[in-house]
Amino acid sequence: MKKYSPELINKLTDKARLLRCHVVEMIARAESGHPGGSLSAADMIAALFFHKLRHDPLKPDWADRDRMLFSKGHAAPLWYAALGECGYFPKSEFARLRECGSILQGHPDMLKTPGVNMSSGSLGQGLSIANGMALAGRIDGKDYRVYVLLGDGEIQEGQIWEAAMAAGHYSLDNLCAVLDFNGLQIDGRLQDVMNPEPIPEKWRAFGWNVIEIDGHDMSQILAAYDDAGEVKGMPTIVIGKTVKGKGVSFMEHAIGFHGVAPTEEECKQALEELGCG
Amino acid sequence: MAEMKATRDGYGEALVELGGVNENIVVLDADLAGSTRTSKFRDAFPDRFFNMGVAEQNLINTAAGLAACGKVAFASSFAIFASGRAWEQVRNTVAAAKLNVKIVSSHGGVSVGPDGLSHQSVEDISIMRTIPNMRVMVPCDYWEAKKAVKAAAAESGPFYIRMGRSKSPVVTSEDDPFEIGVAVVMREGTDVSIIACGIMVEAALRAAEELGETGVSARVIDMHTIKPIDGSAVINAARETGAIVTAEEHSVIGGLGSAVSEIVVGECPVPVKMVGIQDRFGQSGHPDDLMREYGLEAKDIVAAARDVLKRKSKPRYG
Repeated sequence: MKKYSPELINKLTDKARLLRCHVVEMIARAESGHPGGSLSAADMIAALFFHKLRHDPLKPDWADRDRMLFSKGHAAPLWYAALGECGYFPKSEFARLRECGSILQGHPDMLKTPGVNMSSGSLGQGLSIANGMALAGRIDGKDYRVYVLLGDGEIQEGQIWEAAMAAGHYSLDNLCAVLDFNGLQIDGRLQDVMNPEPIPEKWRAFGWNVIEIDGHDMSQILAAYDDAGEVKGMPTIVIGKTVKGKGVSFMEHAIGFHGVAPTEEECKQALEELGCG
Repeated sequence: MAEMKATRDGYGEALVELGGVNENIVVLDADLAGSTRTSKFRDAFPDRFFNMGVAEQNLINTAAGLAACGKVAFASSFAIFASGRAWEQVRNTVAAAKLNVKIVSSHGGVSVGPDGLSHQSVEDISIMRTIPNMRVMVPCDYWEAKKAVKAAAAESGPFYIRMGRSKSPVVTSEDDPFEIGVAVVMREGTDVSIIACGIMVEAALRAAEELGETGVSARVIDMHTIKPIDGSAVINAARETGAIVTAEEHSVIGGLGSAVSEIVVGECPVPVKMVGIQDRFGQSGHPDDLMREYGLEAKDIVAAARDVLKRKSKPRYG
């Protein structure tokens, strides 16, 4: 496995912690939102925004930028935390999450939020969109990459497999899907609600390069993204095994925190646990 | 006898012309390229054509991704699948984000013929029109189809354009002007206005001819853009002729007739009669037989005109 400097690992781990702080605080203030799936994906998203992505917060529409999409749009607070932390918009906007007239809608809206490359919220659509962006890059001869965050419950949508087939068919090696495999969805455990396993085998069968990692291990995350960039002739999916609610003791593995905001007291405790200043 | 050409052929030819002058044009289809005529573009510009297979939801959202990267993305399938199977993708992704996706369907209406109800669409205008940011056009013939496609390509943002399968009479010429949202008065008249779209425009012209033989002066309006509808043309028709018949190869629920009525009731109430499909599904049959079965012939428009003229003679207002 590739070696990454302790400085880089520490920096990205701390960024992930910071994103979690913003997520908890934002959702608690809004009194609604989806903390669990934002916290589970925070490490894989931090590695992208603060290391891997070629992007410029001052030029959100830069034609050569890498595209990052959140197909699991309910993790919008995590996306907003990363964009705000990068400087796409002032962090003071966090306080207006889900308010009428806010640039930070309950689910991502590309017309309202700088850096949001595509609107989402209705599950199952983002991979198809990512395919379109990857095809556009190919016909334009551009070398940008397209990353799309998928939820594990989301892959129950049939359209995901239409898109998986198309990405394999068109050999979209400029595309990298990131699966937040936290094992829980609103109604319960994936395996009880509608079991999508075996997941890696399914993607392989559709012509994908599959990389399985611990989605909270920063070295593994960085190595996965680097390896994905070197694979030619097929798209890559990084399947990150994660813990829903990661970083907050009482939210970890808790189905109840899929779409419920923490109370003021819970928020205080969560911020303490995360070490948010 | 007018020349017979299908609107879908106008679409295929317009795409090839557009592709030659604008390298940002890309076209996607869902295994119906031969039928929708996107095959013409595929053969001319294979690098900018993407077949998505039988997967309409993926079709629409892949087009959305291409559009988000600066492409003018045309996505085609049959009307029922392009509008119905992928409605929520159109609503939540394409329209909500005002993406530059042009959904051009073929096989609108019942004139599809023998394939029957599963392949006919009598609801597409209604369900597309209800989506914010979406513009909806139903060209009346081959030339208008070509012009509508080119006009939509030149205008940023989403469109739904409905084409037909069958050859239909050509009633406009290459040189006639065309503007999105501006209705065309095909025939002047003072007693009643027939507002039609698609192949019903030609039926309306024949109906007006027949009405003229009995001394009724009927105006015929080609309402090729259902949304944004030409409100002034509707208001003028109501004020100047005092009675309106609408004619469409679509359900009377939510289509052209509804769009016209929404203007009339708000601005200038006059009697309106809708010629269209009366809350029924289609079925198999020869297109001509189906047009008769569903009351979509010139004689049905004539009967509707006589009906509104009677009501007009006993005004309830003013």
